[in-house]
Amino acid sequence: MVRFENVSLRYGLGAEILRDLSFEIKPSSFQFLSGPSGSGKTTLLKMMLATLKPTRGLVHLFGQDVGRMDKDSVTLLRRKVGIVLQDFRLLDHLTTYENVALPLRVQGQSEDRYRPEVIELLRWVGLGDRLHVPPSILSGGEKQRAAIARALIVRPELLLADEPTGNVDPVLAKRLVRLFMELNKLGTAIVMATHDWALMDQIPERRLILTEGRMRIEG
Amino acid sequence: MPAQASMPDDSTQARPEKLRETPLLAAGSIAGRALVIVVAIMTFLASMTAGTVELVASASSSWRSDIARESTIQIRPRPGRDMERDVARAAELARATAGVQTLKIYTRSESERLLEPWLGTGLDIGELPVPRLIELRVAGTPDFTILRRQLAADVPSATLDDHRQWIQRLGAMAGAMVIAGLIIMMLVLIATALAIAFATRGAMAGNRDIIEVLNLVGASDGFIAREFQRHFLRLGLKGGALGGGGAMLAFWMAGFFASRWNATPGGDQLEALFGTFALGFRGYLAVIVIAIIVAITTAVVSRVTVYRNLRGLD
Repeated sequence: MVRFENVSLRYGLGAEILRDLSFEIKPSSFQFLSGPSGSGKTTLLKMMLATLKPTRGLVHLFGQDVGRMDKDSVTLLRRKVGIVLQDFRLLDHLTTYENVALPLRVQGQSEDRYRPEVIELLRWVGLGDRLHVPPSILSGGEKQRAAIARALIVRPELLLADEPTGNVDPVLAKRLVRLFMELNKLGTAIVMATHDWALMDQIPERRLILTEGRMRIEG
Repeated sequence: MPAQASMPDDSTQARPEKLRETPLLAAGSIAGRALVIVVAIMTFLASMTAGTVELVASASSSWRSDIARESTIQIRPRPGRDMERDVARAAELARATAGVQTLKIYTRSESERLLEPWLGTGLDIGELPVPRLIELRVAGTPDFTILRRQLAADVPSATLDDHRQWIQRLGAMAGAMVIAGLIIMMLVLIATALAIAFATRGAMAGNRDIIEVLNLVGASDGFIAREFQRHFLRLGLKGGALGGGGAMLAFWMAGFFASRWNATPGGDQLEALFGTFALGFRGYLAVIVIAIIVAITTAVVSRVTVYRNLRGLD
């Protein structure tokens, strides 16, 4: 599904942020991506979404070399990948319902077709009574769940979550992780970036640990 | 997936009614009103140009057809020739020519009266060699070759003027006006397109976060460009309707006031230049077409600009 071979990345003429990364993410697998702040976790997730291209090495996403992908292929790839960003990136002028429906709307699906599905998913993540409110009046935890719902609405083969528990209390954090594990059981591969070691200690899954741009794999 | 619910649903009731789709571009981030005014002004200018060209072209066409219906034979006095006999002979030859419907022979006193505006009334011009005129009313475009040859043989002091030179000059002037009008319209359209391109770039900068999110959730460049195009088409239609409507109103008012001023010296001058000053169906149609072209230009330019910029971002 995702394969990195000796991948390095630098911005402009600066120092390499990621160095000689080689790893694979298999379908239906679960892994934490960890490391101290500034270690390159978000950058690595962006590479898995083909937002950034490596300056050295090969990145294969769903069997395609990112370096040779055209714009249309990247668009199709992103429809198979769900992403939950650290800052949520919800659109403030749309309602919660419209934010969650956005990935289906951009694929040209009609609202009549996706409406029941979006409402059901919003109820599932506990936002059934927040359909018509803009994200600006949602709490941090609600925004987090809306962002997760937006990533899940397309039933992605791969879910990338950047610090999804960073803005919520420990109880909700645990529930979110349980949610990801349930999704994983349903066949979605998960990469969850976090530096919450306590949380990771409770869940014995594979860990990709970034330190000063290099990767160590545990489990 | 939701069938495996593990998150608590704290909702009491979700409303499953049809939900209206909000435009994806934040309306407040685009200087819509200013752009509508720019498009309206451009459409107004282009429409006024087109309308004026149409007025001049139709007025010139009516002058030309008036002139083309008349020809003149001028007989200059020449020593040793009998003027009255020459006039009668020239009239006889003209009458026999196919295409000449009627003719009017100007008498000596009528010919002298024609000179009064230049020479005044207090002068005895009886001694002056005043030429005589025969005015022919013709149908279609008669062939005057034989008449010319006969006049040259029988009345050598006569010349036939079928006003072709005037008609050609008027035709050239009307053609030049039309070309100048088209050039002005093209310039206005280009200026509109540039204004739209700048506005689109501004709108893209204002919506940068939204474009990034759309890209992340799998929106194609075509989808994003369509969103911008839809937005700008709406602005273009609004501006086009305002500008075109304004131009139509201006022409209608000009026609209205021109008819009120009829028979005044200024009104007569205007009527001589532009005919009745009524734009006519063709003129109004041109204004509508221009408004539509401006709106389409607005949409297409915004789409192309978005595509180019997205490729640049890539």
